[in-house]
Amino acid sequence: MASTQSSYVRAQMIAAEPPPPGVTGAAHWLKTNLFATPKDTILTVIALLLLAWYVPQVLNWLFFNAQWMGTDRSFCATVVQSGGSQPEGWSGACWAFIGSRFDQFIFGRYPIDERWRPTLVGILFVALLVPLMIPKVPYKGWNAILLFVVLPVVSFFLLVGGVFGLRHVETSLWGGLMVTLILSFVGMAVSFPLGILLALGRRSPMPVIKTLCVTFIEIVRGVPLITVLFMASVMLPLFMPQGVTVDRFLRALIGFSIFASAYMAEVIRGGLQAIPKGQYEGADSLGFSYWQKTGLIVLPQAIKIVIPGIVNTFIGMFKDTSLVSIIGMFDLLGIIRQNFADVSWASPVTPLTGLIFAGFVFWIFCFGMSRYSMFVERRLDTGHKR
Amino acid sequence: MAAPASVASGRTERPPSSLLNDPKIRGIIYQVVTALVFIALIYFIWTNTLENLRRANIASGFGFLSGRAGFDLGQSLIAFSSDSTYARALYVGFLNTLLVAFTGIITATILGFIVGIGRLSKNWLIAKLSTVYVEIFRNIPPLLVIFFWYSGVLAVLPGVRESIALPFGSYLNNRGFAFPKPVFAEGFWLVLVALLAAIVLSLVLRRYSLNKRMATGRGVPILWPSVAMIVAFPLIAYFIMGAPLSFDYPVAGTFNLTGGSVVGPEFMSLYLALSFYTASFIAEIVRGGIRAVPRGQSEAAEALGLRSGYTTRFVVVPQAMRIIIPPLTSQYLNLTKNSTLAIAIGYADLVSVGGTILNQSGHPIEIVAIWMVVYLSISLLTSLFMNWFNSRMALVER
Repeated sequence: MASTQSSYVRAQMIAAEPPPPGVTGAAHWLKTNLFATPKDTILTVIALLLLAWYVPQVLNWLFFNAQWMGTDRSFCATVVQSGGSQPEGWSGACWAFIGSRFDQFIFGRYPIDERWRPTLVGILFVALLVPLMIPKVPYKGWNAILLFVVLPVVSFFLLVGGVFGLRHVETSLWGGLMVTLILSFVGMAVSFPLGILLALGRRSPMPVIKTLCVTFIEIVRGVPLITVLFMASVMLPLFMPQGVTVDRFLRALIGFSIFASAYMAEVIRGGLQAIPKGQYEGADSLGFSYWQKTGLIVLPQAIKIVIPGIVNTFIGMFKDTSLVSIIGMFDLLGIIRQNFADVSWASPVTPLTGLIFAGFVFWIFCFGMSRYSMFVERRLDTGHKR
Repeated sequence: MAAPASVASGRTERPPSSLLNDPKIRGIIYQVVTALVFIALIYFIWTNTLENLRRANIASGFGFLSGRAGFDLGQSLIAFSSDSTYARALYVGFLNTLLVAFTGIITATILGFIVGIGRLSKNWLIAKLSTVYVEIFRNIPPLLVIFFWYSGVLAVLPGVRESIALPFGSYLNNRGFAFPKPVFAEGFWLVLVALLAAIVLSLVLRRYSLNKRMATGRGVPILWPSVAMIVAFPLIAYFIMGAPLSFDYPVAGTFNLTGGSVVGPEFMSLYLALSFYTASFIAEIVRGGIRAVPRGQSEAAEALGLRSGYTTRFVVVPQAMRIIIPPLTSQYLNLTKNSTLAIAIGYADLVSVGGTILNQSGHPIEIVAIWMVVYLSISLLTSLFMNWFNSRMALVER
C-alpha cells in the first residue's frame, strides 16, 4: 500500500504561502497600533509631538549637558551664580556631586576606616540572598536560617562593634543606603512572623486574643506611619523605667516593625480567609494539632495565595523607610537632602540631581522586587485557580 | 502583640491532667494568661510614664490647648495669628489637611482614570506611555516626589520680580502661585441658586427620561438640555443681578506681588506630589476593574446591537465601578494619610502643627493622642461608608 504511488496524491509538502499583502510588516503594525482610527491618529500625533519636545530636553539635561566631573560647586554653577564656571543659561545634571558624595550616600557618616564592616555585611547579604532567590539552588532551609537568623546576629556585631576588638560605632553615625536597607530588612524579617501571629490571632475563636489583635491592627492601620514613628521616638522613652534609654535607631526600628506587621497581618488574613473550610476539616480529621494544622496545611497555601500582596507590602515598606528622615535620621533620602545644604555643593541643579539619583536607587529596588514576585507567582502557580 | 506569643509558650507546657486537655478549659487559660500579661504591660508602661512625667515636671491634661500659640502658620483657611490658641492652631492644621486631601483626591482620580484607561488603549504609544508613568511613580517613595516638586522644581522657579506670567492674570514664582481672587458682591447668591436649580432640574429630567425609556423604550434627549440649563441659568442670574462678581488681580509691585490669592510652594508641591503618586495606584485599580469585567459582557452588548459608547456606559462601567470603588476608597485614605508628609516641607497640616506644639509645649502624649483620634475617625468614617456602599452594591448583584 505504502509503495503505491498515486499520481494525484502530493508527495511533498507545499511551502507556506506568504501572508496576503498589507497584514504584516512595519506599515501594517503602524496602521493597527498607532493610526487605527482618526481618534487614535490624533492621540498618537499629540503624544509624538510631546515626546519630540520633552525627550530631547530631558536627555540633554540628564546626559549631554550634565557635569560629570568636578570637585566642588563651581563646576555645577553658572558664572552669574557666584563662583560658578558654567556659561550663563546652562542647566544640566550635576553628576559630579553624586560622584564625590557617593560613599556618604551609601554609608552615611560611618567612620571611613571601618567601612569594610558594612561592605562585608552587604556582601554576605547578597551571597545569601541570591541562592535563596534562585529556585534551582538546593539547601533552601539552611540558606534561610543563615539569612534570617545567623546573618542578623553577625551583622549586629559587625556593624555596632564593641566586641572582638572591633571599634564601637554609634548608630547616630549610620546613614545612607545602609540605613534604608537595614530598616527595610529588619522590618520585613520582623513583620512577617509577627503578621502571621496577628492574623492567626484575629481569626482565633478566643475573644480576648481576638479583641487584642483586632484593636492593635486597626489602630495601627488607621493612623499614618509618621505618627507611629513619632510615637516610637517621643513616647517610647517615656514608657521605659528611669535610666533605661532606647537607642534612636532602635526606636525607629520598633516603630517601623509595628507598623509593618499590622499591614502584613491584614494581607495574610486575606490568604487565610481564602482557604476552604475543607482544608481545616481535613487536617482536623487527620488528628493534627492546631500548630500542625496551621503550619503544614493552612499557611503554605495561604501564603502562596497572597505572595503578590506580601511583596506589595514589602515594596511599600521599602518606600516608607524614607520617612525616618523626618524624625532626624539619615537614610538615603535624608543624607542626600542634608547635602543640599552643604555650601561646597550648593547650586540650583544639585537638589534635582540628588533627588533623581535617590529616585533611581529606590526605583531599581522596588521594580526588581515587583518583577521577582511576578516570577515567583508564575513558578508557584500549581494551576489550582479558584 | 503579647497575645500570640503567650499562646505559643502556653502550648509547650502540656499539662498532664485530663481536665487541662479539654480545649475549652485550655482556651480559657490561654486567654486569662494573655489578659494578665497585657494588663501587666499596660501597668508597667503607665507607672513608668507617670514617674517620668513627674520627674520632668510636665503637667498632663489638655489644658495647654488654650495657651497662646506664639507661632505663625504659612497658610490658613480661617483667621489665625500668633496670639491665637494652640487649639485653634490644630484646627487650622486639620482644615489644611482636609484641603490638601480633598484637592489631591480630585486630581488623582481624574489623572488615575485617564492613565488607567490609557493603559488599556489599543493605541500602542498611549498604552506604553501610561505604563511608563505607572511604573515610575509606583516605585518611588511619595516623600521623594514631594521633594522633587519642592526643592527640584518649585524652588528653582524665578524670583518674584521675574514671575512667569500665566493666562488669566496669574503668576508663578518661587513664592508660589498667585491667581485672581474672586470678589463676591451683593446678590451673588442668586447665581449659586440658579446653578443649583439647573443641576436639580437636569437630574429630574434624567429621571423622567429614564422612566420614559423604561416604559416606552424611547427616552428624551438629556445631555444638551442639561448643559444648556447649567450654563444659561447662572448666566441669566448673573446679568439680572448686575454682574455681582469681580476679580482682584495680583499686581507686580517692586518687591512683591500685591493682591490676588497666593498658594505657597509647600501646598503646591504636596498637592502635586500626592496627586501624581496616588494617580499611579488609581490607574492600576481602574485597569484591573475594567479588565475584570468578562469579555462576554461587552460581546453580549454588541450582539444586542448597542453602540460602543452605550456598551461602555451601561454595561462595562457600572460593573467595573463595583470592583473599582472599594480599593479606590482605600487609596483616598492612603492619600489622606500620606498628606502627613507635609511636615517634611513645612506645610501647616495637622501633624506639622502638632509637631511644632509638641516641641514648644512638650505634651507628647496629648498631641499623639489628638493625631490618632483624628486619623482614626477619618479611617472609621471611611470604612463605615465602605460597608454601606458594599451592602448597597450587594443588593444590585444577582
